Amino acid sequence: MTSLLAKYAAKLAATGLIAPGDVLMAALDDELISALLLARPSGVYQAVMAELARQALADGSASITPGDCETRTFLHDLPVVDGLSAEGVVQALRQRKGCVILHKGEALVASFGTVSPEQAYVTMSSMCFACFVAYFAEHLRRARLGTLTPERRAAFSRVTALLPLDRGEIDGMPDLLPGPFESEDAAREAMIQAGRHTVEYGLVDSYFGNISYRLGDTILISQTGSSLDELGPCIDPCRLDGSSCAGITASSEYSAHKAVYEAEMAGAGARAILHGHPRFSVILSLDCERLDCPNLGECHRACDTPRAVVDDSCGLSVPIVPGEVGTGPFGLCNTLPPALNATTGGKRGAIVYGHGLFTLGAADFRDAFASLMDVEHFCRAEYFRRVAELGG
Amino acid sequence: MIGPDMFGWTGKILRVDLGTGAQDVLRLPEAVYHDYLGGKGLGGYLLRDCASLSTDDPALPLVLAVGPLTATIAPTSGRCHLTTRSPLTGAVADSSAGGRLGTELARAGWDAVMIVGRAERPIGIEIDDASVRLVDASALAGRDTAEIFTLLRERRKGGSIATTGPAADTGCLFASLIVDTHHAAGRCGLGRVAGQKNLKYLAVRGTGRRKVADLAGLKAAREDILRLTAASPVLLGQHGFSCFGTGSIFDLMDSRRMMPTDNFQRTRFPGAEKLNANAYKQRYQPHRHGCQGCHVLCKKIAADGRSMPEFETMSHFTALIGNTDLELVMRAGDLCNRLGLDTISAGATLACFREISGETLGGERVLELLTGMGTGMGPGAELAQGSAKYAASMGRPELSMSVKGLELPAYDPRGAYGLALAYATSARGGCHLRAYPISHEILRKPVATDRFSFSGKARIIKIAEDANAVVDSLIACKFLFFAASLEEYSRAYSAVTGVSATAQDLLLIGERIDYQERLMNAQNGFRAKDDDLPQRFFAEEGTSGPGLPIPPIPREDFLAARAAYYRIRGLTPDGLPTRETAKRLGLPWPQELESA
Ligand code: SF4
Ligand SMILES: [Zn+2]
Repeated sequence: MTSLLAKYAAKLAATGLIAPGDVLMAALDDELISALLLARPSGVYQAVMAELARQALADGSASITPGDCETRTFLHDLPVVDGLSAEGVVQALRQRKGCVILHKGEALVASFGTVSPEQAYVTMSSMCFACFVAYFAEHLRRARLGTLTPERRAAFSRVTALLPLDRGEIDGMPDLLPGPFESEDAAREAMIQAGRHTVEYGLVDSYFGNISYRLGDTILISQTGSSLDELGPCIDPCRLDGSSCAGITASSEYSAHKAVYEAEMAGAGARAILHGHPRFSVILSLDCERLDCPNLGECHRACDTPRAVVDDSCGLSVPIVPGEVGTGPFGLCNTLPPALNATTGGKRGAIVYGHGLFTLGAADFRDAFASLMDVEHFCRAEYFRRVAELGG
Repeated sequence: MIGPDMFGWTGKILRVDLGTGAQDVLRLPEAVYHDYLGGKGLGGYLLRDCASLSTDDPALPLVLAVGPLTATIAPTSGRCHLTTRSPLTGAVADSSAGGRLGTELARAGWDAVMIVGRAERPIGIEIDDASVRLVDASALAGRDTAEIFTLLRERRKGGSIATTGPAADTGCLFASLIVDTHHAAGRCGLGRVAGQKNLKYLAVRGTGRRKVADLAGLKAAREDILRLTAASPVLLGQHGFSCFGTGSIFDLMDSRRMMPTDNFQRTRFPGAEKLNANAYKQRYQPHRHGCQGCHVLCKKIAADGRSMPEFETMSHFTALIGNTDLELVMRAGDLCNRLGLDTISAGATLACFREISGETLGGERVLELLTGMGTGMGPGAELAQGSAKYAASMGRPELSMSVKGLELPAYDPRGAYGLALAYATSARGGCHLRAYPISHEILRKPVATDRFSFSGKARIIKIAEDANAVVDSLIACKFLFFAASLEEYSRAYSAVTGVSATAQDLLLIGERIDYQERLMNAQNGFRAKDDDLPQRFFAEEGTSGPGLPIPPIPREDFLAARAAYYRIRGLTPDGLPTRETAKRLGLPWPQELESA
């Protein structure tokens, strides 16, 4: 148990969510709940969380509602506690898996797990992501509505000054294994490598995201709730003919992956799919010019306007589709595959509204990863271009 | 006292004395509902004063209870919970039943039905809203459940019907109750208790509606729950329960090498890949079916109308007894349903017989023995007392693969240590559902835990037992908790009842409900020696594979985890309840334990 605690504390620091040492984790076999986490987010996460927490306390809601779909599915909303006090935190953690504490102007995060410290870590990491997306999306929306105040503008420049540089810009493309892969071992190795880089490049958080590779009539896919940087044994082989249910632990997006491959087998033949939650791609997908749309509020499942992120300079065109996590009538398994299959060219990807980006690789993960990185790079620049254009 | 304007509950419990024919309406203080919720909690509350009555004492109650969520739009709330004392084990007996039973009972305006006494001849209870009739059912005695459903459906088209089969009439200790043809209150011999009372069937039809305090809040909770289930590969994914039924975990049990084979002598069955859910789907073209109020629809019905076997039946009627014929599984499952036999106990008792006798069981022989169990006549009749009594009578008690006398389901505990502990501590005996560690040890929910380690498991099992006690009391289906949690269901509870409660508040109630059962078991002589697994699991290896050793469970580690569990649960080192904990949970100290 102690080793698990140390592991997740180190992961928080490694992903830049906190400064090393700014976390307290506790777990006991016999007493209390299994694991408890209290952490001080650092850098831009500190700034956005503190800002959102101040707003939530000021408007009386005392809770932050994530703007992205996946966090909303799993965390619903994030209670905000005014001042660090045991009762306040306990009260909030009785309601939800984690909470934000605004203490002396600083944001802290508390979360817990009943089964493993991993739950506390996942919640913390998801909260950071959710707040990041919520803050930047809200700013752009206000810029569109013309409701930005001088205070908000000032806060925004403080926040953006803290944004870390785009890792892709510093290091360029990582060196990924060339395909096509003809053995299960080779494909697994490539998946593990691409997964790890997706996390290291900040293109996905906590245990979200998924990755797959088609090998003949089998799809190798990451398991549900697996972390892309620790795939190891967490890859399930699923037969396309459905003759085995061994993939019952496969990613909740297996249906979408399968539909994509089935169409690709009769078309362009892509063999790799990579799915991450790059922040600015998610934020841009939330930005819509139709301020009077009848579907407002239901965009994540009902949007029927053809939308896309387009970069004319390099011929990039990435469709944005609605869809909820997994299956169900509004599931992205219905919307994503046709959109992804319809893409052409060297950079093939589609964004699910408020959720994340799926990219295709022809024979390996090199093009899939490059697309993920490049789309995010473009979206980040495009975000600030739009804010500037709208006078934000 | 609960009044007619209560939300969630009606405050009315029907008490029927089959001996005198008397019917009363029992009204309990509102606080009882707040402290025990309904379902399992209420059942235990109504049972506890009679918990040590012998199972053939007419005064022993058989309770069917619904919960505050039943018959509302809270997902999977349509189930019903049955509670009594088990004739098979002597411990508390309870079982959740699907179909329409819970919904109809709730709509008829009842929170529970408590049946006591013994009728002179077979009798049916027919409930239509507030009207309750006792009906002579002599003509149904000895008939199989399929015939009974056909006969009763001629008269009663709508509503729900629960009936016993011949097994209950003839004294089988693991007789079940079959609900609406395709569902069962299977375990612990609940059907036998009905049989002792000469209760043949219960038919319920309700036309009322449950009152909900905050419909908007309930809708919001429902949306949150539905979204989580859509994101769950186990429930709604391509390989999950909705598409393939509970049998979808069969392949996983095979690849994880934890499929109980040859009476748990091995953990892998050669040829299992040809016996998986897909093989059934291809051969029997089943369609989806489910409990009232459920969108997962995990039940499957074959094109020819037979119920498709659940995962447990698929596994125990193949790997456990050395059979590779799918059609035999279908026939055996169908026969068990007709006779009213619990398939898990029936399969495991056959496996025990097979190991002791050394006999190879052919298809016809399997059916012959099942018929003996269910009719009390001919070969197999001696197996109707369950594997523990049978094995003991043959001088081989160690070959009954059971805990507290209840046969183990189809997950080998050498492949999941939390499960090993959960089997041992389950109040009703060998059961995977009380703490359901398969969720994190195998299905990775809410996150994966190391299945070959006891680290942290004592606390996890205790919390999970409390949580599942709440689930069985609210009521909801346990399967939903592969995706949702009490965080969402506590909101549904508050919205329905108007009682504000967090997940933590509900867990405390769950702890009370669980401890109440431990008090009853203690009265009946259960202690640490009964919270144990068959010796085999500590002495024999499972079927190891490349890179996947399945060693025996380390005995010391198991005992240490059990000791930790006792501490966390507030029990003595001998597994007995303490006055302090009972007091903390607001439970009265039973007279039977007075001298202790
Ligand atoms: S999941 Fe299956 S058992 Fe549970 S309520 Fe639904 S149909 Fe019934
Ligand atoms: Zn995602």
